[in-house]
Amino acid sequence: MDTGKSLLVLGGTSDIGRASALRFAKEGVAILLAGRDLDALTREAQDIAARTGVKATAHQIDILEPGAFEAFVNDLPFLPDTILCVIGLLGEQGRAQTDLAHATNILRANFEGPALLLGLFAECFEARGTGVIVGVSSVAGERGRASNYVYGAGKAGFTAFLSGLRNRFGKTKIRVITVKPGFVRTRMTKNMPLPGALTAQPQEVAEAIFRAVAVRPRDVFYVKPVWRVVMTIIKAIPEAIFKRLHI
Amino acid sequence: MKLTGWGRYPSFDSTIFAPSTEADTIRLQKGLASFIPRGNGRAYGDAAIGSMSSLCLRGLDRIRSFDAATGRVSVEAGVLLADIIATFLPHGFFPPVVPGTKLVTVGGMIAADVHGKNHHRSGSFGDHVESLRLALPSGEILTCSPSENEELFFATVGGMGLTGTILEATFSLLPVETNWIRQETVVAENLEAALATLAGHDETTYSAAWIDCLATGAALGRSLIYLGEHAVLRAVEALKPGAESKPRLRGAGLPVPFDLPSFALNRVSVAAFNELYFRKGALFAGTPFLNEMDPFFFPLDGLSDWNRIYGKRGFLQHQCVIPAEYAQKTLSEILGRIARRGNASFLAVLKKFGPASKGLLSFPSSGYTLALDLSIDSGVFDFLNEIDRLVVESGGRIYLAKDARQSRATFEAGYPGLARFREIRRQIGAENRLASRLSDRLGI
Repeated sequence: MDTGKSLLVLGGTSDIGRASALRFAKEGVAILLAGRDLDALTREAQDIAARTGVKATAHQIDILEPGAFEAFVNDLPFLPDTILCVIGLLGEQGRAQTDLAHATNILRANFEGPALLLGLFAECFEARGTGVIVGVSSVAGERGRASNYVYGAGKAGFTAFLSGLRNRFGKTKIRVITVKPGFVRTRMTKNMPLPGALTAQPQEVAEAIFRAVAVRPRDVFYVKPVWRVVMTIIKAIPEAIFKRLHI
Repeated sequence: MKLTGWGRYPSFDSTIFAPSTEADTIRLQKGLASFIPRGNGRAYGDAAIGSMSSLCLRGLDRIRSFDAATGRVSVEAGVLLADIIATFLPHGFFPPVVPGTKLVTVGGMIAADVHGKNHHRSGSFGDHVESLRLALPSGEILTCSPSENEELFFATVGGMGLTGTILEATFSLLPVETNWIRQETVVAENLEAALATLAGHDETTYSAAWIDCLATGAALGRSLIYLGEHAVLRAVEALKPGAESKPRLRGAGLPVPFDLPSFALNRVSVAAFNELYFRKGALFAGTPFLNEMDPFFFPLDGLSDWNRIYGKRGFLQHQCVIPAEYAQKTLSEILGRIARRGNASFLAVLKKFGPASKGLLSFPSSGYTLALDLSIDSGVFDFLNEIDRLVVESGGRIYLAKDARQSRATFEAGYPGLARFREIRRQIGAENRLASRLSDRLGI
């Protein structure tokens, strides 16, 4: 089992980020949490340190301000072994159709910001020769649907970016993992009715990520295997039919 | 929405707010009138049902700090006891006091000043709280401890949430060598023997008696008395050679999948259960053995949603404490009445308390405490009023965290700290702002 010695979580106060950090910390992996709200990050870092005894630190970053990315990377105390990006913004599809600023934020928070930041880290990993990048993307990025296509388009871009990075490092020791969790019971989805069989808890996502990094290396995966079936069907529906469906 | 306690009686409308941070909590409570903080809803009656709204603190579930050298831990109020045990028992630490369920929050444990099987030696949970942070109704946050804002501290410990919202607490965990309890069972043929056995084991860390409430006549009060110590490594090797010193904790229990019909618990079924339970326990009496922590401390957590076995109508808990000099007389009168009535009581527990806990409204006081479950049927309220009269005549009191029905007169007779408690509530502006169905009912 190779857990690495340190994990940076981008989106460290999210439910999946917190659960993943705790899972790695249990194995003695040092934790760096990054996100917008330093107080909230510090609260999570202290919780992780108290529970596991590992060193956990908090680092401020706003994914919508790429101008600060280089300084963020340079100011980290060290280059982590593993980077997990769980940053995402679901937004409101209806609003995004008329409110350009909102649509812009959704696209930038799901695609532009994470891609640019992970791109910077990829350069550092290449220079060092090792590193694992885990990007949490979404099943919504596999086929655009009326209910959330702005979010889905952002995630589609992110998925393509991760795929390209993986291809670029395919013959090296650097690994790039794409996670598509499906529905997850988190703060982001707390007001949505979710089908039980398709819905994972943040801890299940964390365990799957931990296994993909440290136990059984994987490139692209769904957290719940049933999603492979669901998405195969959804992707197989001819466009002439798909465009009339409400799914 | 309709809100109840763990006993599923009574039920009242109360709007639930669920903050996820301290700042959220303060902001929310500033705008609320007649609210009460709520933990995991394990108080049996109406203690955690806000008159108008209830502030559910489960979102404040982060551990703030832990010192592995001393065992001192600071936690947010919504952290579950189960979480603390699962996190720190593998490192050799156990909470200093645990109640009969681990599915309670730390804030709830302080608000009810809960006790465990070690009260006679270790006091109640509040005795171990080194400090707490309290949000007053005004939004002001105060640190309270036995030496800082001490009046407010001793009003908050056992204060049923009526002085403000507990945000964080600091206390020290107990170092333990293994995850095992060295248990011994003693059979007591009647109440007198049970009281004598409990009194004779003041040196034992954990002690409590399970009473067969349906035994009558000469066997009235026949009991199995459970004695326990944290097993040291040597004891594990002696009693269970080759056993792991730290067996894994059990996960969540099997659920009770639906409400049992109300006839499922009756005199015959409970009598049969009690007879079997007593014989099985008696079979192992006198021989020390190793028990895991969960079945020793939290037997009912093994059956999640066990409150459903009493059916839709819910049930009542009744827990009183009787000063030692009246224990034999009053408890035999109470047990006699229960046996005659035949109201099914799955679980009746007798326990010796140590010196009174220090909270103004803390329940534990020197003497013996008896806890009963009673299913709700016609006449049960009148029946318990009669029991309360016996309790008051003996100078005893009823536990607020279990209560759903005692009268104001019973309450006022049992809690001499009440006047001072009301005075403190006035001083901090808690009157009208902090109100539960319990405080409305009892005029706190």
